[in-house]
Amino acid sequence: MRKLTFSKGGVHPNDSKYSRECGIEVLPLPQVVYVSMAQHLGAPAKPIVNVGDFVKAGQVIAEPGGFISAFVHSPVSGTVKSIGPRKDLAGNNMTHVEIAVEGDIWADGIDLSDTLVTEIPQDRETILKKIQECGVVGLGGATFPAHVKLNPAPGKVAECLIINGAECEPYLTSDYRIMIERSKEIAVGAAIMQKVLNGCPCVIGIEENKPEAVNAMSAAISDLKLQNIEVKVLKKRYPQGGEKQLIDAVMHRQVRSGGLPIDVGAVVQNAATALAVYEAVQKNKPLVTNTLTVTGDCLPENRQHNYLFRIGIPLSYIIEYAGGVPEGAAKIISGGPMMGKAVANIDAATVKGSSSILYLSKQSTLRKEESNCIRCGRCADACPMGLEPFLLNRLIKAGDMEGLEDRSVQDCIECGCCLYSCPANIPLLDRIRPAKAAVLGIIKSRNIKK
Amino acid sequence: MMDKMLVSPSPHIHAAVSTRTLMRDVIIALVPAIVVSVLFYGWSELLVLAVSVASCVLLEWAVTKWLLHKPSTISDLSAVVTGLLLAMNLPCTTPWWVVFIGAVIAICVAKLTFGGIGQNIFNPAITGRVFLLISFPTYMTDWTVPQGFITKVDAFSGATLLGIVNEQGAGAVAGLDYLQTLFLNIGGSAGEISALALLAGFVYLVVRKVIKPWITLSIFATVAIISGIFCAVDPATFTGPLFNLLTGGLILGACFMATDYVTSPMNNVAGIIYGFGIGFIVMMIRYFGSYPEGVSFAILIMNMAVPLLNRAFHQHKYGRA
Repeated sequence: MRKLTFSKGGVHPNDSKYSRECGIEVLPLPQVVYVSMAQHLGAPAKPIVNVGDFVKAGQVIAEPGGFISAFVHSPVSGTVKSIGPRKDLAGNNMTHVEIAVEGDIWADGIDLSDTLVTEIPQDRETILKKIQECGVVGLGGATFPAHVKLNPAPGKVAECLIINGAECEPYLTSDYRIMIERSKEIAVGAAIMQKVLNGCPCVIGIEENKPEAVNAMSAAISDLKLQNIEVKVLKKRYPQGGEKQLIDAVMHRQVRSGGLPIDVGAVVQNAATALAVYEAVQKNKPLVTNTLTVTGDCLPENRQHNYLFRIGIPLSYIIEYAGGVPEGAAKIISGGPMMGKAVANIDAATVKGSSSILYLSKQSTLRKEESNCIRCGRCADACPMGLEPFLLNRLIKAGDMEGLEDRSVQDCIECGCCLYSCPANIPLLDRIRPAKAAVLGIIKSRNIKK
Repeated sequence: MMDKMLVSPSPHIHAAVSTRTLMRDVIIALVPAIVVSVLFYGWSELLVLAVSVASCVLLEWAVTKWLLHKPSTISDLSAVVTGLLLAMNLPCTTPWWVVFIGAVIAICVAKLTFGGIGQNIFNPAITGRVFLLISFPTYMTDWTVPQGFITKVDAFSGATLLGIVNEQGAGAVAGLDYLQTLFLNIGGSAGEISALALLAGFVYLVVRKVIKPWITLSIFATVAIISGIFCAVDPATFTGPLFNLLTGGLILGACFMATDYVTSPMNNVAGIIYGFGIGFIVMMIRYFGSYPEGVSFAILIMNMAVPLLNRAFHQHKYGRA
C-alpha cells in the first residue's frame, strides 16, 4: 500500500513510544476531583450544581456557555464541595467544581457493560443531540466541540470523514492502545459520524510505525462489515496528525488561509473522539473518561503506563499512583513533546483533552543558548505551512506587523518544527506565537470595521 | 519537587543539530581533499593549512573578546571551516605571513565587521583569497610543485592548466587525459588537486542533508552548457565542458564555497538562478577575461545578488495555490 503524507515540510523526531506495549489500566478513584469549566475550545461552561449537592457519575454539572462550548458531567459520584477558581496546569485561575468522591454510582440510563452495540440510530439529529449532550469534544488536542464540527454550515458538504489515528507526537501511545484494545468501538464511532455526515466516505489514517493498530482497525472494519470505511497508512512524519496536514495527505486538498476543513469537504476527528462518540451514542455514556500515557525518557521501562482515567483527577494523584516523579526528570509535560504544555502546577486537574504525563530529562529538553541565524533555511524546510520562520523572526524584531501578515504569520499552526530544527537554537516559535496572536487580532478588528 | 522543574513553551525537544555539528560535517567533507593535497604537496601544504586555520580561529577569538566584547564564537567551528577553505585556495608555496594577512581579511573584515557568523555578505574565505590575489600576485600564481610525501617529482614551477589556456589557447591542452584530471591534477592549489576527493565530500554533505545539491548542480550545468556551445562553435579557441568542469577551482567553489549558507540564497529556485549566475560569470572570465580563472570573482559577484534573490523568491505556502 502506498503511504500517504503531506506535501510540505515536517520533521522526523525519534518516536520514543516506550509505553506502546503497556495495556490500558483503570486508574483507581481518588478522594476528590476538580472538574474544570474550561476543558473545551470556546466559552467556559456554566455550573448548574450547588455546593452540597450530591451528584452521580455521568450527571450534567455544567451547561454550555455559548454556541462553541460543551456540557460538562461529573466524572464521579459524590458531594460538591466547592465551586470556584483553581489553578490550571499553566497556573491560570479557572472555575472548577470540586467533588468529594463517595462510592461509584452512575446516573440512570448509562450502559457501562462491555457489550458491543453495533446498530446505529437512523436519525441524524438524534445522534448529534446525543453527542452534544454527552459533552463530546475533539480529543486530538484542540478539544473543539464535536457536534459543531459534525454539523457543517448550510451549503457546506462533507466529502470525507478523516479519523486521525496518526498520533504523530513522539512518546504518546494512548491512541495506539485504544485503536488496538477498543478497535471495534472506534470503528462503530466512525460509522456513526459517517452517518451524521450523510454517509460520506471515511478514512482512518494511521502512521506506519503502528502496524498493529493498522491491522486491528482493518480487522474491526471487516468483522463489522462496515461500508465505505478504510484504513490508510501514513508516513511517519511530524506533524502528520495536524488537521491541515492530514487533509493534504489523505485528500490531496489544502485548506486555504483562514478557511475551515469543511471548505474543502473535510471533517477530521481523532480516534479517541470516535471512541467517545461511540460511548455517547451507543452507551449513553458522557465524556468523563479518557486514556492517558505516563511516559518519558527518564522513566524506567516497568514504570511506563497507559491509564483509563476519570476526568478531573489531579495530575499529582496520577503521578503519585504511578510511582512519583522519576529520577532525572527536568520537565513534566501534559501532552506530547512537540506541542504539549509544560506543567507549572502539579496539582492541576486533568481535563477531557489530557493525553499524557511526560517526563523529560534535562539532556533532552533543556534549551541551548541562542546563537546567530546562519541562514541555513532549515526552519523554512521544516515548516509544514510553507512559512519562513527566519524571516518572521526578523520581521518580529523590526516590529513590522504588515510584513508579518504579508508573510502569513497567522497561518502558523504552532507545531514547533522550526524551533525543533534550528541549529542556532533560535526560539522561533516562542516569538512567532505572540506575533501570530497580534496579527490575528488586527485582522479581526479590521473585519469588524467592515 | 515542582520548584526544580523547568517550565517553558513547546516544543520541548530539539533535533540533534547545531551550527557546530553542521560545521563539523563540512570539515569531515573536506578531509579527503586535504589528505590528497598533503600527500602530494607535503610539509608546505600542511604548513599553509595549519597557519590558515590557527590564524582564523585566533583572530576570531581575539576580535570577539577584545574589540567586540562578546562571548567567543570559535566553538561553532565556522572559523576552522573558513581557515581550511582559505588554505585550500592558496598555492602551497604561499609564505606564512601572506596566509595570515588572508586570514585577517577573511575573519576580521569579511566576517566580523558585519556581525560575525550569519551576518556577512561575502564569503570570508573567498574575500581573503581575492584580496591576496590582487595584493600579492607573484605569490598567488607561483604554482611550484614541491616534494610531496608520496611523489618523486622534482620541484618544478609550472602553470595551471587554465593558465596555459589563458596564454596559449585551447589547443595547448588538446591531448589532456581527463581520467587523470578527475583523480589527480597536480599544479594548482590544494583545492584543485583532486576532483574526486572534493566530489566525495560534496556527496557526503548532500547525503547528510547539510546542504542541498541545487546550487552546485546549477553551476555545473551552466558551465557545461556554455562551454559546450562555445566549444562546438570554435573548438580551436574555446575549451570544452569536461576541461572546464574538471580544472581550476570550479569544483571546490561550486561544492564548498557557493553553498555557504550565509552568502547563498535560501530558496531553491533562487539557488538555481544564483548557480547560473556563478557559472555564467566563470565562463565569461575564463574565455574573455584577463585572469585565467574566475570562480572566486564569480561567487563574490553573485554574493551581492543574494539579498535581492532572498527578497524576490519565497517558498510556496500551504493553502495558497
